[in-house]
Amino acid sequence: MLKTEKFKPTKKIKKDELAVAVTGVPLWVKIILYVITTGLAISTLIPLLLTVSISLMDADALATHGYTLFPKEISFEAYKYILNNGAKIWRSYGVTIFVTISGTILGLAMMTLYAYAISRKYFPWRNTFTFFIFFTMLFNGGTVPSYIVITQILHLQDKIWVLILCGCLSTMYILIMRTYMQTSIPDAVVESAKIDGAGEFLCYYKIVLPMAVPTIATIALFLAIAYWNAWYPGFLYILQNEDIVPIQLLLKRIENQVQFLNSNASSLSYAESEKLRQSLPSDAVKMCLVVMIALPILIAYPFFQRFFIRGITIGAVKG
Amino acid sequence: MKFFKDLKKSAPLLIMMLPVVVYYLLFNYLPMFGTLIAFKNFNYVDGFFKSPWVGLKNFEFLFQSADAFIITRNTLLYNLVFIFLGMFLSICLAITYDLLGRSKLNRVNQTLAMFPHFISWVIATYFVTALLDIDKGVLNRIITTFGGEPIEWYSESTYWPIIIVVCYIWKTIGYNSIIYYSNIKGFDIEYYEAARIDGASWFQQIIYITFPLLKSIAIIMGILAIGSAFYSDFGLFYLVPKNSGALYNVTSTIDTYVYNGLRQGGNLGMTTATGLYQSLVGFALVITTNAIVRKVSPENALF
Repeated sequence: MLKTEKFKPTKKIKKDELAVAVTGVPLWVKIILYVITTGLAISTLIPLLLTVSISLMDADALATHGYTLFPKEISFEAYKYILNNGAKIWRSYGVTIFVTISGTILGLAMMTLYAYAISRKYFPWRNTFTFFIFFTMLFNGGTVPSYIVITQILHLQDKIWVLILCGCLSTMYILIMRTYMQTSIPDAVVESAKIDGAGEFLCYYKIVLPMAVPTIATIALFLAIAYWNAWYPGFLYILQNEDIVPIQLLLKRIENQVQFLNSNASSLSYAESEKLRQSLPSDAVKMCLVVMIALPILIAYPFFQRFFIRGITIGAVKG
Repeated sequence: MKFFKDLKKSAPLLIMMLPVVVYYLLFNYLPMFGTLIAFKNFNYVDGFFKSPWVGLKNFEFLFQSADAFIITRNTLLYNLVFIFLGMFLSICLAITYDLLGRSKLNRVNQTLAMFPHFISWVIATYFVTALLDIDKGVLNRIITTFGGEPIEWYSESTYWPIIIVVCYIWKTIGYNSIIYYSNIKGFDIEYYEAARIDGASWFQQIIYITFPLLKSIAIIMGILAIGSAFYSDFGLFYLVPKNSGALYNVTSTIDTYVYNGLRQGGNLGMTTATGLYQSLVGFALVITTNAIVRKVSPENALF
């Protein structure tokens, strides 16, 4: 069965441990390495800069100059358009925010409860229930059976629940929480509360949960980002209900329409295709949307970087 | 009766576990039984129970088609490149970050390199489009400026293996390097001091100390990745090439094939069979790789 004894929670890196191990690197090597790593860093920013630039140009300017890194002839038309006529876009934004918040809370509540139970040493079936969730990491039914279960048995298609439930639990996260509760929260604390007459739920809620906050916060952040970026559940299950299109799916759909237009250009009459083209958001509006989705992450990013790194390192340790 | 005594004692815990248990039963275990569709000629009218059994016919169809070879080849080859090239580059990057120490610029660079991991493939697809668009894309504009012919990127399959690999590396390298970087940070600094006393240059310190110390985590990461080598990142292979038919030869993987089969709604039995083929081989891979890890370094085995 799963081993946990060897797991140690990520320890705080002390200042002197941050000292560089390898020394005596010549300056020219350092300069080359700086150029390479800075280049990589810039390569992550350039696409974003490009989209911001496109979002600031109108259709005519784009037709003549193409996509450029710095906007020629700045125009805020796209942003004005979204502010004024973007009811659908704002609605999608709202859907994503709602799903992100409710999904993260629901997921955390369910996972911490389960993790608490399988982390109790006196719980006789803890190994059975650990294997129960672990087995799904080894084998899964595949896309089609899941699709049939969700649409034919649970009838969740075109419901907001499908967006919340898909991806709200992760075996890995449960195992990480369980290990943390086992190793970093002394049994004695919980036991003494038990002697004072506290029940299981009270122990979970008043003692274990507050003590597990560092791990829970990190997982909450990763869960929230996953919800913010989720497009696949909507892509698979939201087909007719236009009211609950998450923002990422909306962006994906706009792309599809453009594709449809390009591939059917010959079969449509000029008037028809022109009408369709008018109803489509311009490149600038699309890229404006991209900026609106990517920006919150970029802005939140420096503040949460500490958590990101902790998340990566706890994720790298097996659960 | 011990069982009933246990049950009574554990009742509160069992109630706490109930939501997750129900979730896993519905969303994970029920579909496992659903894989029986792979042995049926499934149609929505007759449903799961009344659709007729066809034995292994669906698998026969699958493996007689040319698709089975192409999707298996693509899934495996891309994964192998991702595992080896991706790991090599991430380790090099991690060592570089370590060499450059605690300067402000170095830390900003690390943070930015991780950024692509936290955006979706939907967004990344728009980034790629901005580069590859036929008449407005940056690359074609550059080509035409120098007098070349614009390239129809989305119908030229020759370029896509490279585009896919570059996209993958771009999105994962910064994040993955942090795993190795935090590992390096845990190394005992005395090894390096001892090496310096013996006159090791900085390059020798990397080759003879950092690399060997990283070997164990690299082996584990590699073996774990091989365990999931039969799965592919759906967003990368479906969204980034825009599901373009002309590129299927080099971009379709088992996952995109299953999705397209599901959407076209043709032979769902065969599509399920494809998924089951993936799950079974995937299962075998995890079990095998885990057995190997247990031999190599038991403390890192998954189970």
